[in-house]
Amino acid sequence: MAGTAVRGRLTWQTATVGSVTDETPRVRTLLLEVPDWAGHRAGQHVDIRLTADDGYQAERAYSIASAPGEPLAITVERLDDGEVSPYLTEDLQPGDSLEVRGPIGGYFVWEPAFGGPLLLLAGGSGVVPLRAMLRCRASAGSSVPTRLLYSSRSWDDVIYRAELDGLSDGVEVIHALTRSQPPGWTGYTRRVDQQMLAEVAWPAAEQPLAYVCGPTSFVEAVASGLVGLGYPAGRVKTERFGATGQ
Amino acid sequence: MKALDDYALDGNAIGGLLIEVFGTEMTTATGTCAHCGAVSVVAELAVYRPGLGTVVRCRSCDAVLMTFVQIHSVTCVDLQGLASLA
Repeated sequence: MAGTAVRGRLTWQTATVGSVTDETPRVRTLLLEVPDWAGHRAGQHVDIRLTADDGYQAERAYSIASAPGEPLAITVERLDDGEVSPYLTEDLQPGDSLEVRGPIGGYFVWEPAFGGPLLLLAGGSGVVPLRAMLRCRASAGSSVPTRLLYSSRSWDDVIYRAELDGLSDGVEVIHALTRSQPPGWTGYTRRVDQQMLAEVAWPAAEQPLAYVCGPTSFVEAVASGLVGLGYPAGRVKTERFGATGQ
Repeated sequence: MKALDDYALDGNAIGGLLIEVFGTEMTTATGTCAHCGAVSVVAELAVYRPGLGTVVRCRSCDAVLMTFVQIHSVTCVDLQGLASLA
């Protein structure tokens, strides 16, 4: 059965790395060429599997960074004690191959028909699936009012910085820099807290739709904060990365 | 619903594993805890992947709902903690 991807079933496929782009010193985007990629929705992920020479396998889930209709791309943050991410961010070169399966997930997805106003909340590399949603919104010509509140350690750790800087047309990006800030910084200088959410979040009366993604501690704090502001739990979609040192 | 500890993932992370086991997308399915009766969408359940396998816990009472252990290409599944999954 190897090498045959049955449509509608989840099978491991061989992907070829098309290009690599450094986003920050610790984060890299990999363009993956998968024959017969069936397409994906904004917010979905893929599983990546690496096999060592002795047969040991390690598997991780990575959010898809590209919009529906774009080639498959993932953005990976290097975790110093990670089994998989150091290889993906330091060793893998264009032309190399790895195993991938997907797309996966039906919960943490957004499409223009879901409407908004849209509130996106990212901690660190949790911005990756939200970036796919922003690109999806743009490519669909959606006018849904959108805010992204994005928490990073420092300005140099902001993933997709140039792309986010260039957004307009109904999208506001609000940064919080938790550890260090560039000279002249006038934005938030602390972790996302209840006061910040109250300042940034759309009023609950506007029936916003929220997507929260990042380290588990970030998601727990933000999701409960939004519920505290009157957001129904069912309008707050969450995806947790575990403990990633954010 | 209790706050998750820093090391917990959620049900999104095992979407691929669940398709492998059940043959369909399951993160939007609803599970009912056999211990306390709490109802939750699978994507919101607490997931721990300590290496040997995967443990899925109830967000209300911490009971083990599902366990998956993979040995070579065989996945052993224990769903006894669930009263229903649909």
